[in-house]
Amino acid sequence: MSAVIEMKGIGKSFPGVRANDDINLTVNHGEIHVLLGENGAGKSTLMNILYGLYNPDEGEILVKGKNVKISNPNVAISLGIGMVHQHFMLVPPFTVAENIVLGSEPQKGLALDMDKAISDVEELSKKYELRVDPRAKVQDISVGMQQRVEILKTLYRGAEILILDEPTAVLTPQEIEELGIILKSLVSQGKSIILITHKLKEVMIMSDKVTIIRRGKVIDTLETSGTSIEELAEKMVGRKVSLTVDKGEAEVGEPILQVKGLKTLDNRGLEAVKGVDFEVRSGEILGIAGVDGNGQSELVQTITGLRKTTAGEISIKGKSITNLSPKDVTSSGVGYIPEDRHKRGLILDFPLSENTILGIHRSKAFKKGFGLDYRKIREYSRKLIKEFDVRTPNERIYAKSLSGGNQQKLIIARELDRDPSLLIASQPTRGLDVGAIEFVHHRLIEQRSKGKAVLLVSLELDEIMALSDRIAVMYDGKIVGIVDAKDATELELGIMMAGGRRPEEH
Amino acid sequence: MENWINELKSSLKNTMKEILYPLAAIVISFIAGAILVYAFGKSPITAYKALFFGALGDWNKIGETLVTTTTLILTGLSVAFAFRCGLFNIGAEGQFIMGGVAALWAGWALSGLPPILHVTVTLLAGALAGGIWAGIVGWLKAKVGSHEVINSIMMNYIAMNLSNYLIMTVFNEPDKAFSYEIAPTAKLWRFAESFVQFKYSRLHTGIIIALIVALIAYYILNKTIRGYEIRAVGFNPSASEYGGINVNRNIILAMVISGLFSGLAGGIQTAGVQYRVNNLFGFTGYGFDGISVALVGNNHPIGVILSGVLFGALQKGGPMMQIEGIPKEVVGIIQGIIILFVASNFVRVMVQKYKENKEIKAQVAKGEVK
Repeated sequence: MSAVIEMKGIGKSFPGVRANDDINLTVNHGEIHVLLGENGAGKSTLMNILYGLYNPDEGEILVKGKNVKISNPNVAISLGIGMVHQHFMLVPPFTVAENIVLGSEPQKGLALDMDKAISDVEELSKKYELRVDPRAKVQDISVGMQQRVEILKTLYRGAEILILDEPTAVLTPQEIEELGIILKSLVSQGKSIILITHKLKEVMIMSDKVTIIRRGKVIDTLETSGTSIEELAEKMVGRKVSLTVDKGEAEVGEPILQVKGLKTLDNRGLEAVKGVDFEVRSGEILGIAGVDGNGQSELVQTITGLRKTTAGEISIKGKSITNLSPKDVTSSGVGYIPEDRHKRGLILDFPLSENTILGIHRSKAFKKGFGLDYRKIREYSRKLIKEFDVRTPNERIYAKSLSGGNQQKLIIARELDRDPSLLIASQPTRGLDVGAIEFVHHRLIEQRSKGKAVLLVSLELDEIMALSDRIAVMYDGKIVGIVDAKDATELELGIMMAGGRRPEEH
Repeated sequence: MENWINELKSSLKNTMKEILYPLAAIVISFIAGAILVYAFGKSPITAYKALFFGALGDWNKIGETLVTTTTLILTGLSVAFAFRCGLFNIGAEGQFIMGGVAALWAGWALSGLPPILHVTVTLLAGALAGGIWAGIVGWLKAKVGSHEVINSIMMNYIAMNLSNYLIMTVFNEPDKAFSYEIAPTAKLWRFAESFVQFKYSRLHTGIIIALIVALIAYYILNKTIRGYEIRAVGFNPSASEYGGINVNRNIILAMVISGLFSGLAGGIQTAGVQYRVNNLFGFTGYGFDGISVALVGNNHPIGVILSGVLFGALQKGGPMMQIEGIPKEVVGIIQGIIILFVASNFVRVMVQKYKENKEIKAQVAKGEVK
């Protein structure tokens, strides 16, 4: 096997951060090579350098043994390097073929040769067993299919080396499996693949080799067949980590949250939640699993008062909170960790102190005459910062200058300090490193043991399975089924996430 | 006690930092202006001397400069306040005009009121008219979602033409292109009445009102629940909504408060400077200058006071340069350059770039980079 990519001594600095430090990476012809690392470890920076989006401060890159300077993505493409980004860059109303040829359209005279485009795409699709329909519109096909379109786009431009950035984030377990097969078939036909991921299980299933990056440095490069999940986790984080969450038996009590026949619309005015029933009882965690965009966000926004219902009932401890304002929902005893902490959870240009009172800023405790008692507010936030171990020099720092994990800690501190009877946690660990994830999980379990109800919404199936007592699976705005977490298997949940029924219900 | 001093120190330090960038932009702009004057074949020193003495040369000139400053501080506060709620109030001009007309009506129709009460009511009428005028724009934004910039521009034209119509009909001084005068009881006290130094200047108590309003604006924004909510909405409406803040109500309120300031500026113009309202052939420019003043003042009430003084001085000193044979348009150009530098954040970006480079070099030197 010969090396197709050699990156030698790559260094890249951003102000205050050494994103890449003397990184060496060799990718051989015909292998699937995983770059493993936590968020912010520097793997995306490295790949952006390889794709010409960043220029390295030092180091050299060899493609097929030839020293090259990749100053922009066009150079990368001409060298046979293609990149599939985490967020797809497709034009939804265009057909698959139109999307694939976009930017390098085959021409007949002055006109676009659509017939040739379609036959080219069909040929490629057949060759790599991607099975996409060139005439389908991108907006009508599944996310998994859209990803294949992205892969085809790079192949159409002659890519020999494919970089995939977190490709499994948006896929169901079955789609992940299919992606694995596609990647193997690509490799068997002479392509080389670099996968960026932080998910250990996929490393083990999909890759031949894995390079672990931590804090901008290469920790190790291993043969996948000769390693284990535990070893990879330890190398990725830098210490021993427990991959399972310890929690006792659930002591389930009264229902806290009850949702009946709930319907609501999304931002485009289409029905996003199509009649949903469930309840969350005290002392349990109900996990809502599902692929992104199946109505989970809208469901949570409706419960928290950010979105109006079109039908149905929501109640807390028997008292209706249907269509109440967020303020009134909060005071009914609901705490909410929003899915997007930058958009919803924090006011980034406010100091931490002002962020800790968001939602309780009208409380008498912080009043002084006509104004707010800023001394008390700062005292209060110092207390929360200490109790929840938010790493910050002081409470006057702007929220935007904290790391993601510390921002999330601040939000959790604010929500839990109100002692809500129901905690809604929407993707509470998205983008966090392992340490912060442990912290969040620990706090969720703690709420449960205190006899509170917890509604957990997450796209990470592993997280749902590790934390929940019961799991509800959402597909296309409906709950396909609710299963006991103890007897749930990934296969079964995966089928439900794709809209299938539980096997025994057939 | 020590804690308190430290707090004061750090807040002073922060304020200094915030002032530093606009200040640097102003200095650079004056240098650019000097080069320009030199290119015209004139001496920059003569030019700036004329500018300085024209604006601040004696008590009367200072008085006249402060008359302009009074208006600019208020319209500047108006724009800045709305901006802190994420709203771009281009309608300060129209609110200013409506304030002037409403004060005219109150100053004339309500004559017979005792002096202090009458002038107070006159100014309040002006403020209220501005508040309503801006409130309409805020209400439209909150209820229908139409953009405040477009609506407030339209409201400017409505204000100007409505004002002209009223001046030429119900309020008209016969055969004149202006209204009749307000009652003496509705006029603001002038410094010239007690201080002989200000004999030839129209300086009136409006300047004190403007300074008090700036402090009130600061207090509302930074110390009250309402201000907390308004700033929260300005920075992040989604998170505000999540935090139980009624976004629409705050948008309307911020616009109304913003309009109160501009309306008050108009009221003061009527009660303190002109005592009547002219038939306008075009916009007065005070509202639009408020945008520049707010921008250079970094949308901070104290900054607005300082930049109001600067712009007032530039506008009053400009004509003096004319006498020295230097086109007064140079002042307009300097103003333009200041705004350009401040708006583009030029100094801050340059300083940041310099710091970044230094940091990377330091990392290299420390051997962190091979």
